[in-house]
Parts: sequence; C-alpha cells; structure tokens
Amino acid sequence: MKMTPELIAQHQLTQGEYDKIVSLLGREPSYTELGVFSVMWSEHCSYKSSRIHLRKLPTTGKYVVQGPGENAGVVGIGGGWVVAFKIESHNHPSYIEPFQGAATGVGGILRDIFTMGARPIAVLDSLRFGRPEGTATSVLNQQILTGVVSGIAHYGNCFGVPTVGGECLFEDCYSGNPLVNVFALGVCKENEVFYAKASGIGNPVIYVGAKTGRDGIHGASMASAEFTEESKQKRPNVQVGDPFLEKLLLEACIEAMKTGAIVAIQDMGAAGLTSSSCEMGSRGGVGIDIDLDLVPQREPGMTAYEMLLSESQERMLLVAEKGREEEVFRVFRKWGLDAVTIGTVTPDGNLRIRHKGKLEAEIPNPALADEAPKYDRPHNVPPFRKAPLDPPAEIPASSDLNADLLRLVGSPDLCSKRWIWEQYDYQVRTNTLAGPGADAAVVRVKETDQSIAMSLDGNGRYCYLDPREGAKLAVAECCRNLATVGAEPMAATNNLNFGNPERPEIMAQLVEAIEGIAEACSHFDAPITGGNVSLYNETLGEGIYPTPVLGIIGLMKTAAPVPIAFRREGASLVLLGGFRRTDAQRFGSGEYAKVILNNLWGLPPALDMDYEKRVHDAMREIVAAGLAESAHDLSDGGLAVTLSEACTGAIGARVTVPGVDRAEFELFGEAPSRILISTSAPEQIAQIMLRHGVDGGVIGVTMNSRLQIANDGGALLIDVAVSDLKQTFETGLPALLKTLHA
Amino acid sequence: MKVGVLVFPGSNCDHDAWYAIHQNLKGHAEFIWHDSHTLGDVDAVVLPGGFSYGDYLRCGAIARFSPVMQAVKNFAADGGLVIGVCNGFQILVEAGLLPGALLRNVGLRFICKEVALRTETADSPFTSKLSKGQVLRIPIAHGEGQYFADQRTLDELEAEDRVAFRYLENPNGSARDIAGILNRERNVLGMMPHPERACDPLMGSTDGLGIFQSMLANIPVLTK
Repeated sequence: MKMTPELIAQHQLTQGEYDKIVSLLGREPSYTELGVFSVMWSEHCSYKSSRIHLRKLPTTGKYVVQGPGENAGVVGIGGGWVVAFKIESHNHPSYIEPFQGAATGVGGILRDIFTMGARPIAVLDSLRFGRPEGTATSVLNQQILTGVVSGIAHYGNCFGVPTVGGECLFEDCYSGNPLVNVFALGVCKENEVFYAKASGIGNPVIYVGAKTGRDGIHGASMASAEFTEESKQKRPNVQVGDPFLEKLLLEACIEAMKTGAIVAIQDMGAAGLTSSSCEMGSRGGVGIDIDLDLVPQREPGMTAYEMLLSESQERMLLVAEKGREEEVFRVFRKWGLDAVTIGTVTPDGNLRIRHKGKLEAEIPNPALADEAPKYDRPHNVPPFRKAPLDPPAEIPASSDLNADLLRLVGSPDLCSKRWIWEQYDYQVRTNTLAGPGADAAVVRVKETDQSIAMSLDGNGRYCYLDPREGAKLAVAECCRNLATVGAEPMAATNNLNFGNPERPEIMAQLVEAIEGIAEACSHFDAPITGGNVSLYNETLGEGIYPTPVLGIIGLMKTAAPVPIAFRREGASLVLLGGFRRTDAQRFGSGEYAKVILNNLWGLPPALDMDYEKRVHDAMREIVAAGLAESAHDLSDGGLAVTLSEACTGAIGARVTVPGVDRAEFELFGEAPSRILISTSAPEQIAQIMLRHGVDGGVIGVTMNSRLQIANDGGALLIDVAVSDLKQTFETGLPALLKTLHA
Repeated sequence: MKVGVLVFPGSNCDHDAWYAIHQNLKGHAEFIWHDSHTLGDVDAVVLPGGFSYGDYLRCGAIARFSPVMQAVKNFAADGGLVIGVCNGFQILVEAGLLPGALLRNVGLRFICKEVALRTETADSPFTSKLSKGQVLRIPIAHGEGQYFADQRTLDELEAEDRVAFRYLENPNGSARDIAGILNRERNVLGMMPHPERACDPLMGSTDGLGIFQSMLANIPVLTK
C-alpha cells in the first residue's frame, strides 16, 4: 500500500514521526507496520509528551521492590510478602459508553496486577463528573455517573475483588470529559512475582484467554477506505468486558504460575497483541516471532492489521519454558480457556509477524518501545487559569451559617457516596477493615499480621489555581489520610489527567503538577512506582481542570482502624495541627466558595510540608498509643464539615473556635495539616504534639444529639441537630439522582 | 469433621468460606471442584457465594448442571448438611433442593451492606445454637436476592417452620421478608446474607459464627 500524507495523518503520526519510522526500519513501513507504530507511538502507550518530565519523580525507597516500567509497582510488606498496585484511567471510553468503559477500566487494571502474580485484593476509584444538577447537561451527567458506577460494580463484584474506597467529585469542566481512574492492589510472595521480560531463545510464546475480535481497534483514525472495505463492519471503539472470563483467567494464571513453567507474562491491554509482544521482547532484549494464523479468533476474515490492533479484553501473552507447554495448557484447559502457542522467542530483537504465510511486519522491538518519540513540548508560559487571583471586593457575608452548613453537607461533592458504594461488594475476600466512607481504606493481608491502608486524592480546583501546590496538597492529603488510621506511607501511584499538551499553557500545568508531586512524594517518603497519564481531556477546545490523582498506600499492623464517627458522649475533641487560619484569597478555592458563593478565585490552601509531616508523625504515635477513639482529617469543607461527618454516627459535639470577624473562614476554610480526634486522654496527646512541634489542643467535647460551634465570645455560630446533619448527608446524592429515575 | 466448599467457575466467596471454617471456627475445610462426581469424605457441604458461570442466563441456572450437583443431591437425600450462601442459595433453588426463586432486587441495584436478621427457628441443624428471635447482624452482597415463591409455598414454609431468617428491614423486596429457608427435611439451608463474612471481630460482626457452629455440632452420622 502506498504511504500517503493522508494515511499517515489518519494514524495520528506526524511527518517527523513517519520519517523516524523510515529511518529506524531503513525502508517504508507496510500498512500493518504503520498501524503498529501508530499505536505504540501514541500518547497513550509511549507517554511521548510526559516522559521527560516523569523522570523527575522519585522512584526508590525502602519498601520499593519494583518501580515504574513494569505492569505494576511492587513494594515489600515484610515476611516475604509484597503488594503490587497501580492506577489507570479509562476516561474517554467512559464518556462514550459509561458502563462498558468503566467496566473494562476495572478489567484492565486488574490484569496489570495479576499478571505480576499478585491476587487482587482491593480496588478504589477516583471519579469526576459534570454537575448533576442545575446545568443543561445535568441529566447526561447523571446518566454517565450511574452508568460508570454500575460498570465498576458489574466487573468488580463478579470478578470478586472488593471495591473499598475512592472519591467522586463534580465540576462543569468534566461534563464532556468524565474521569474514571481505577486503582487496584494485589498481594503475593516476593519470590513469586512475575515480570514481563521475555527470555530463553526458542521458548514458546503462548496466547491465553479470550479470543481476538474486531473490538476496540484503535480510535478515531480508522476511516480509511481500505480499512472499511476489508473489515466490512465498523465496530465501536469501546471494548466489552467479561468479568467472568477475567475471573477464570486470574485463577488459571495464578495456578499456571505455580507450575514453574512460565518465564514471563504480560496482559494484552492497549494495543493488545502488539504492545504485549514488543514490550516483553524489548524488556528482555530478545525478538519475538508470531504467526497470526494460530491466534484464537472470534470471527473469520480478520486481517493482520486488525488482529494486531484489537483490544479484545481478557487476554494474556506468556512465555513458557520450552518443552513444558503441556503443563501450562493443562491448567488453562481446566479453566475452560484457550491457550495456544503462537510464536517463539528469537535472538535477533525483532518483532516478526506472519499471517497466511506472508511476513506482515518486521520491526526491531526497541524501535517500538524505547525509540518512541519523546517531546519537550513548550511550557514556558504561566499555567492556564481564568480565575482571578484576588478575592472579590466584597465576599458576601453569610446570612445563616446553619443553612450554609447543611447545604454543604448535602452538596454533591461532600454528601455521602453511600448510593454509589453500596452497589460495590466492598467486603468479598473478608479483608476489609475500613471500607468506603473512611479516610483511608484498610485491607488486611491474611497471610501476615500487616494491613494496607490506601487513599486516592486529587483536587482539580486547587490544581487549576496552582498546579504545583494543588499536586502537593493531593500528596499531603493522601498521606494525612494514611496517618489518620495510623499507617506509614510506602509508595505511590499517580494518574495525571490533563488537557491538550500541545497547548503550552496546558503543558505548563502538567509540568508544574509533576514537579509538585515529585517534591511532595520525596518529602513524605512516598516514591512513585507507576501510574498513568491521560491527556487530551478536552471537549470543544475546553480542557478539564488539571487533575492529578494520587494513590498512596501505607503499612500498618492489622487491627481495627480508628473510625471517623464519634463513639461516645463526653470525649474530648482535639484539633491536631491547630486552627490554621484561612485568608480571603485562599478561601476562594474551597467548597464554601463553590457551593454557597458559586465562585472560584485566589489560591489553594497554603501547605507547609515540614509541618504537615510532623502532624502525620504525631498522629501515627497517637494511634499507636491507642489514644484516638475516633479520628477524621480536615479537608474539603473545613472544620465544620469535618465535625458534621464525625457526627453522622449519632453523637454530637460542642466546639469553640477563635472569634474572628469572618466566621466562615474559621468554619469552612480548608487549611491542611489538621486532624480531628476524640479522646479520653487529651493530656497525653498534648505531650505528643509538643514533642513533634505541632500546634493544637482541646476545642470541645462530644455530646448528645446536636452539633454546636461557638466562638470564644460565646456566640453560637452553628447549632444543628445531628439527625438533620445525618439526614442531609445521606440523602444528598439519592435525592439528586431521583430526577433521573422518576 | 470436614466441610467441603464447592468451587464453581466464578465462585468468589469460596476462599472466605474456607477461611471462616478453617481459621475462625478451627474446623477442617477443603475445596471441591465443580466437575467432581463425588464429595469425598466430607461431613457437610457449603455452596459459596459468587457469580458461578458469570450468572449468565440466570443466577445458578448453569451451575446446577455441574457434575458435583448430583453428588450434592445424593448427599442431601442421605441427610447430609448442605448450606448455600448467596449464589449458593440461588444454585440450590435452581437445582430444586429448595423451593422458590431469587429475583432481581426491587431497586434493581446490587446492594452490599450489613443487615439485621431475625432467627425464626432454632429447630434446625444450622440454627440450634441460636435462639428463636435472636437478631444477627450479617452482611448482604447481591443483585438478585429478592426471594419469591407462590402464596401456597410461602404458607407452607411458614406452617412447617422452614423460614430460618427474616430481614428486620427488607432490603430487596423479598416475599414476607424472607432471608433464608430450610428444606422440608431441615438439612438444607439457603440464605442470601453471608455468615462467613461475620465470623471475625475485625470484620465488624461475629454473628455468623453461630450458624457454622450449629452446623458443625449437628453433623449427622451418615451411612455412606
């Protein structure tokens, strides 16, 4: 086939990239090869816009066994056990087809975990949708939300992995670009970790799992006449997931790994057969020959191009020891799955694809993986932001603080997400010590006396106002959540959701955020062991807020975690970290400004990372000493919202805050580095705070049935019944969604 | 005393049932693969929760054809104790070992949460260590848990004291709040809530222990 500029453009390759292909091959590529390059050199697979910046991230630490570059990061938890974990996005598919988009997002990340030999024991997801009320797209936004949630539930519940936490927030900018970031974590023995590094010349390359179909063949560029003629039918680009098949694949892979006959294994994710074979070959410095005639196919007449680019789900590629194929086949037969040898490992470092006796592609593996383009895209401009830096001349004074509080507690961002997480089986595998709704999810590792705490966090508003500080705040909040349950950070994964990197002011957001993450992850000893970059999250030229989502995992001894809700009347309330005043400029980034004032301005909360870390250290010591009866970190909505959430267990509180001219700043300001603790031992906590150089002290006492907040002049600022708070908190989301189901 | 935990393709609470019996109850448990034609030397059988065969066609509809189910029927007919939890209950119903059917929840959504159950009878090998009226906190996790049967069957279940558990607050629209039922011979129990998830203080409730303890204490001597 003749290579034309149109064909190259359809494959989303630039002329420069095409020239590089020609020079790497020493000739023009075939049509099939062009398809292979277009996928492997896509932003999604090659990270071409972000790679040079991702290098700035810290990747090593005392727990790290495997950093970035494998299917998932691996950290040691002691006793010879490790956990593998990673986060990945499925944003674009979830907009096109919310249910399957989200479901296959879960499926993809689960395969990344069990391809390492680790059995998945937890999933969390970070979701962003357009506003579910008050806009022209509200109904669509609700449909996307309900579709995504049922997709996650469908896949995770059937597969048998608990969905134990996450976050779900709403902004107009996510209307045409919902974010679905799924985190998964699995566990295995350190000496049983599998890597995707092919080796052993002559070893068989074995295809296992679902048959290959025409689904998911890559993106928007597939409108060429040749393609439609050959394929007769155009399939949707979103793949369809089968969690039952994935469950069988999990069990079969783990059982097959135990035979000792498997050398390397990798799941077929984006770009399916192509990326799995060339990445395994590239990592091992070997070549791979594949005969497509041997690939199990769902339908006849598929071309080499289609098979190589298919993104059919629930497939794996593995390299076995020569002569031991039957041991592998036996296991897959037991589970009713296809397993066939489709190729061999070769010494020459080439990916060689044959189909119907014809050589369809012959590409040096490094050309696809390591030689992929890397761009230092221009970013020497201020990061994009439209919001004013200064507060409005007059910030309207609250006329009714009680009403404001109730409105906040029932608002989409802050209300209970029970409607969502009750659709997830968050308990299967009976490891869930703290599930959805907790500051950090905690799952035990039954084989050890250790548990893993996990937190996902990201705040698009903060990052829009200041990507660097916003990113640091996300890291700080994750680590604070871990500290609140007494866990120490081990490692982190990140999902960078941004707009079009070819726009310098968007690229500047990305660079600033990465550098902020790097700084904060170093500071809090949470090295990055992997992650995902999702760019081009734009609709009609309007990008999303820059939304880096951090997933940080921590280690703790297995024990019942400290809960959020107050447990008894008469306990002292300690505000660890102190009041930390918010000023007018920083008040503009918070939920009060968003929900009550319908505005956004200024800067995110000020973060002192040294101080924040001392708060975490103090908190861990308080938990270890058994002094916290309940604990909840302060974040979105500030002190008053945090108190309200702690009151939803039915015990109330009376609290005194410093008298200032603007009570809203004190009640709803979102300064970090603060944790609310109920305790019977405030003096012991005071000593711990003193030792760590942390402010704070007793701010009140728990009591029956009401939440009252007074200033130190004695004026009652807030006085609401706990039952009203709970009612508002619990009904916020179902009430919104009722319009959809009415 | 040995408990067999059946494993169908798609079972996913099999490890949890094994762990509860083995670890929390200090009993013996072993897995039995669905294509086995015998149950070996086990003294009781658990059909665990999950999505056998992906719940395709209808929950439990395919699993009932697994070879092991004939062995389970024979075992039950001989008086052996059989408990089906969640998907296991659905399979028992499909296999005809228990009456009725399990339909989609009234709200059409999957629900995972802890619910309160009232023990309706202590006269069964699964509830003998409980007292009638005793309230248990045990989680549910299902999309198809709405118990359904015709009026006559429901009347019969009640007349024969075969309703084992009722929901205090019906979460799924089950007929007459039914959460679990016994067969006529009282040696087969099916229930939607997951007692194996309520056997460890760290999980928030240990109210499921009584069911397994009763079962282990009432293993009949079978003539095999």
